[in-house]
Amino acid sequence: MLVSLRVAAFTATLCTLIGAATRAQQASDTTARRQQRTIDSLAAALRALEARQDSLAASPPAAPTRAAGAYMNVGFSGLSDFGWSTEPNVRSLQSGDHDPHVRGFTIPNAELAVDATVDPYFKGFTNIVWKLDERGETGVELEEMFAITTSLPWNLQFKAGQFFTEFGRQNPQHPHAWSFVDQPLVMNRMFGPDGLRSQGARVSWLLPTSFYTEAMLSVLNSAGGSTSSFRSEESGAIHGGVPIEREVAALRDLLVVPRIATSFDPTETQTILMGVSAAFGPNNSGPVSSTQIFGADLYWKWKSATAAAGFPFVSSQTEAMFRRYEAAPRQSAANAATTLPGETLRDRGVYSQVLWGIKPRIVAGLRADIVSGNPGAFDSELRADRFRVSPNYTWYPTEFSKVRLQYNYDHRKLAGSDHSLWLQFEFIMGAHAAHKF
Amino acid sequence: MISKLAAAALAVAGSAGGPIPPAVAKITVVATTPDLGSIAREIGGDAIDVKTLAKPTEDPHFVDAKPSHIVTLNRADMLIEGGAELEIGWLPPLLESARNDKIAPGTPGLVVASQGIRMLEVPATLDRSRGDVHALGNPHFLVDPLDAKIVAAQIAAHLSEVQPQSAPLFKSNLAKFNTTVDAKMIEWQKELAPFRGAKVVTYHNDFVYLAERFGFQVEETLEPKPGIAPSAAHLAKVIEKMKAENAHVILVQPYQNRKTAETVARQTDGVVVDVSQQPGALKNTATYFDLMDTLVRTLAAAFAEKK
Repeated sequence: MLVSLRVAAFTATLCTLIGAATRAQQASDTTARRQQRTIDSLAAALRALEARQDSLAASPPAAPTRAAGAYMNVGFSGLSDFGWSTEPNVRSLQSGDHDPHVRGFTIPNAELAVDATVDPYFKGFTNIVWKLDERGETGVELEEMFAITTSLPWNLQFKAGQFFTEFGRQNPQHPHAWSFVDQPLVMNRMFGPDGLRSQGARVSWLLPTSFYTEAMLSVLNSAGGSTSSFRSEESGAIHGGVPIEREVAALRDLLVVPRIATSFDPTETQTILMGVSAAFGPNNSGPVSSTQIFGADLYWKWKSATAAAGFPFVSSQTEAMFRRYEAAPRQSAANAATTLPGETLRDRGVYSQVLWGIKPRIVAGLRADIVSGNPGAFDSELRADRFRVSPNYTWYPTEFSKVRLQYNYDHRKLAGSDHSLWLQFEFIMGAHAAHKF
Repeated sequence: MISKLAAAALAVAGSAGGPIPPAVAKITVVATTPDLGSIAREIGGDAIDVKTLAKPTEDPHFVDAKPSHIVTLNRADMLIEGGAELEIGWLPPLLESARNDKIAPGTPGLVVASQGIRMLEVPATLDRSRGDVHALGNPHFLVDPLDAKIVAAQIAAHLSEVQPQSAPLFKSNLAKFNTTVDAKMIEWQKELAPFRGAKVVTYHNDFVYLAERFGFQVEETLEPKPGIAPSAAHLAKVIEKMKAENAHVILVQPYQNRKTAETVARQTDGVVVDVSQQPGALKNTATYFDLMDTLVRTLAAAFAEKK
């Protein structure tokens, strides 16, 4: 608008000037003076317009607009599964808390997540999960609740509360970020149905290296249902004995989880992220026995340089874990007269998955799981050899919903082969989900 | 320590030829998208070092929050983001991990470009049945050169606060930028003037600011709703409308589905025009001005061809 005014004024001035020049010869002095006055006033008008435009350009924006919506982001995600398995006791096959649990319908996860900046020093996050068990009973849990610092010096960051521990890649992820209907077998074995999660604190240090390297150390309570390899009431399923009441006698009775992760981009379109983790803590098979878990994870992703909505892409994710469980001499749970001998239970497992984002909102996936354990005095379903292959196909109508079809071929050494087919539907409402890498 | 040494070395190197005093370190500026990075370069000149997160060819709504970006943000003195939820799907987790309070909200180190822009298409109600609509309005505003001036002024103000010693440089660069925009605007408007009221179709709704500034109309988008993939039924409607309204120009960015646009073009005697909002995505568009030159020239040529 202003620019066109300026052009008009300039053109007018020019016309007047040209007019003045051609008529100058025959015009009288008075006409020339009159024309000169016109030129001067037009020039003044032009200067005024220019000044107005400059002041507009230089002045700060008139109305500062709000750049964010609210003090708190609130989101809800609902997950439901439908399907069938050749194993009638589906829970024995799908032991993750957020896996399908029955032939027919399961609602394994309804999650209310709230996050916000608390003040200039902290950010907060909490999520409350409702899950329906195989009888349709609703269980409620405060899954995570933590505060995280935003401005500590020396690239440090502190987190405190209850949280999924940073061990490996998938453990800290919530079910809606998973690429498969169920959780990997090795995670079931090492961490139990609901991942490694407890109350505690974590310090993280972003190293001053040229590529991403982050070192983390978590210290957590070693008891509770989501610390199954440690002081868990359900540890009998691993060692076959009656767990003892074991109090926290010293600092070494806490659970300590160190992790170091590093990442680099081999090309413009590829990224590699890898890490090693460990978890050290007491177990309740005896008064001084302990457990050590070691893990390594590798994630690779290629994404097209002209990706639309993040597609096409190819990614692969592998996690391997090894557990050394010191089982103390213990009273057998099956027969009170029997004492099971002291022994070291060694378990290992790996899963590897490949995803192909074929075109916007369509992903094909394939995952293989292998787990095994050394022979012990107790034949545990949770330590026996097992193998599973799971191809799947996911359609995301938008970022806020997904439909996933997955087939599992499952072979358990103690129970034989099973086939399962699951259809999963998820929806997300509220705050826009941001995705960690 | 290493970064301090490097900064000192850079400052010394810069002082040899440029106007930066030797004691002043270069400001590391991170821009989420290349267009913001290019404007920052115009204003900061040799006093700043610009890094961008999104690739010019990729969809800026869906950048991966990869760990290398965490490192880049951790070492930034300043962050320039588009705002209006353009980066909402990937920037927040990066910032949380970057733990850099120099670029925290409310500090001179954070420029939110959308602040001060007269946003178009701010939805009256928030309802995702209308697609993934941005609550704060359409965030693709930088293709309006007058909006670029507003963003440039904001960048200059923030840079001057971060490094007051270089404020005169930023001020003169801003004046230079504004003068260039003003001069170019006359050229660009002249080039597009014959096509006032012309109608275009875009893939995503990302050219409304350009259309408004230069007097053409975005008749339809191939996406039925923002972020929703084109359906056959919707495309049939678009084709019908293009025929009825005599619209023949379809704008497609590098990451959008050109094949869909070509199908529509075949049935409407249309032409698919490759454009971008990001400097560096297409040939000879290294800077913001090159980008706008190319955009205007390409558009004018397409309009002329289909007039």
